Amino acid sequence: MAVMNNVPDGQGRFGSFGGRYVPETLMPVLDELTLAYDQAKQDASFAAELAALLKDYVGRPTPLRRADRLSARVGFDVYLKREDLNHTGAHKINNTMGQILLARRMGKTRIIAETGAGQHGVATATAAALFGLSAQVYMGEEDVKRQALNVYRMQLLGAEVIPVHSGSRTLKDATNEAIRDWVTNVRSTFYVIGSVVGPHPYPMMVRDFQSVIGNEARRQFQDVTGGLPTHIVAPVGGGSNSMGIFYAFRNDPVALVGVEAGGEGVETGKHAATITVGMKGILHGSLSYLLQDEDGQIIPAHSISAGLDYPGVGPEHAYFHDTKRAEYHAITDTEALAAFHELSLLEGIIPALESAHAVAWVVKEQERLRSQHARVLINLSGRGDKDVDAVREYEEGTH
Amino acid sequence: MTNTDRTLQDVFARTKQQNRAALIPYVTAGHPHLQDLGALVAALNEGGADIVEIGIPFSDPLADGPVLQKAATDALASGTKIRDILAATEKITRNSVPVVYLTYINPVYHFGLKEFIHAAAQSGVKGIIIPDLPWQESQEVFAYTQEEGVSLIPLVAPTSTDAHIASLQAVTGFIYGVSLTGVTGVRQDVDHGVGAMVARIKQFTSQPVAIGFGISTPEHAREVGRVADGVIVGSALVRIVDEAQDKAPQAAYEFVASLRAALNP
Repeated sequence: MAVMNNVPDGQGRFGSFGGRYVPETLMPVLDELTLAYDQAKQDASFAAELAALLKDYVGRPTPLRRADRLSARVGFDVYLKREDLNHTGAHKINNTMGQILLARRMGKTRIIAETGAGQHGVATATAAALFGLSAQVYMGEEDVKRQALNVYRMQLLGAEVIPVHSGSRTLKDATNEAIRDWVTNVRSTFYVIGSVVGPHPYPMMVRDFQSVIGNEARRQFQDVTGGLPTHIVAPVGGGSNSMGIFYAFRNDPVALVGVEAGGEGVETGKHAATITVGMKGILHGSLSYLLQDEDGQIIPAHSISAGLDYPGVGPEHAYFHDTKRAEYHAITDTEALAAFHELSLLEGIIPALESAHAVAWVVKEQERLRSQHARVLINLSGRGDKDVDAVREYEEGTH
Repeated sequence: MTNTDRTLQDVFARTKQQNRAALIPYVTAGHPHLQDLGALVAALNEGGADIVEIGIPFSDPLADGPVLQKAATDALASGTKIRDILAATEKITRNSVPVVYLTYINPVYHFGLKEFIHAAAQSGVKGIIIPDLPWQESQEVFAYTQEEGVSLIPLVAPTSTDAHIASLQAVTGFIYGVSLTGVTGVRQDVDHGVGAMVARIKQFTSQPVAIGFGISTPEHAREVGRVADGVIVGSALVRIVDEAQDKAPQAAYEFVASLRAALNP
């Protein structure tokens, strides 16, 4: 199997994807950030400090275990990487810990972030609280309503949540507003981006911080089974948990499967299946795939899962798709909901709706996977506590 | 129409001779209605504009503050399409001071970089400003603009490095100096750093420098016009257009005329 090229290049390009499409005001600070990150990577004390925090504060390594009843149900081995057991309930904190340490090294005292479902906002507020930094989190008005509990969690952690009233009032608009804040307060402010998106160096940096998932999982899987999985399956919104688990396996003979949000069905237009639709475009600083109309105007995404409700996707996923290193499929709201229940009942684990998309794909493809004697590793990116109210409302028809 | 400038270079040569800064008002195409764009641009001409900037609306304008965000949202909501803007522009440019487009990179990329620059040139515009296409990423677009004989207008911000400014030697038209760290919008005062920024740009290049972002009143225009070669006024004008709606051309004329009076020596 061919070894993947080292990406990104010096210009932040993953093949033709990525780059830096931001106002000139931000270009010098992106250079500064790239340099600071390069220096931190060379510095053993940075890695040691981050590793200690991930172990003693976040609770890593997270477990990897065979899902016995689910495996019996589908007729092949299914393993779960338990990112839901991290402090704050999702993988997002792997990245915010890294970026907050970097912000401290750079002497930045004010933190801003965007959030959709609120998980990245909570993870940012948590890291900021730990180090006594001030944090402001932009969140679309729609999401503020949908995820009221996470808004309160951020406030408890001392962060200010700023509702965004423009555009579709969701994650893409929160991201626009965070970038506008950053352009305005560029000298004092560190922008903690929550996924493998944005201008270079963010897609690379967030991937690196999240790759702890795959590095652990690769070792654990070999310890438990003596080999590698045949498939790794993870949900893809912006793509940070999936890139985090894929990256360590990129040169292994392992199928990498990203599961996008099919919403009400890709054919209805109400979905977030960016790569499945496959139109290239530029949003929030990088060239990737994008949901857009015939004039290049961005189309709001739709998913029952607020964390997948984003019209773009990280440029490295676009590159993995184009080079056929990974495959991407869409799962509908209905299929994800069924998997949400199935995993709860079979394994005693209530998954985040995002993660339920990955479980749903495995269930849906069980016949093919069974005939291949698959050994599947699912990245259980987060826990479902945050989604319980929304699921209940949806199923009672009051949503 | 008050003059016979054919190119952006002609404009700055003439205004320099007149010992004043060029006036560059901005309007968003499709706001309030695309069919009024011709009348609006005519009013800007009548009021004394030297160059007119026409914004092609984008759904996610991350360099813009609330006024221009609303104008773009309204324009798109009323069904404004890029091909219709190009067609309207073609008629407008026959009878106007030089026109430049301002838009974001995704609509351009989606149209096709080469195809869009060609279509823009055919519509008669003299330059293009793309605020989220930094100079470092612009080689391909720059090559197409040179082939088509239009100017790709680069931005310089207060945070810009000397190396960035020094890399602008091949620029034609003018350099767009961003007066402050921030987004477009109406503001109380002109940023203190404008004079120093213009001086810094002039150390590296002989290109005209027009300043925009936050210039909201005739007093602001006069203050900036003392140090810069051009004064760009966007949000303050678009707010007036927004409030005047059907009477927009008259209101725009009056405001632009007051800006122009402030720039005259």
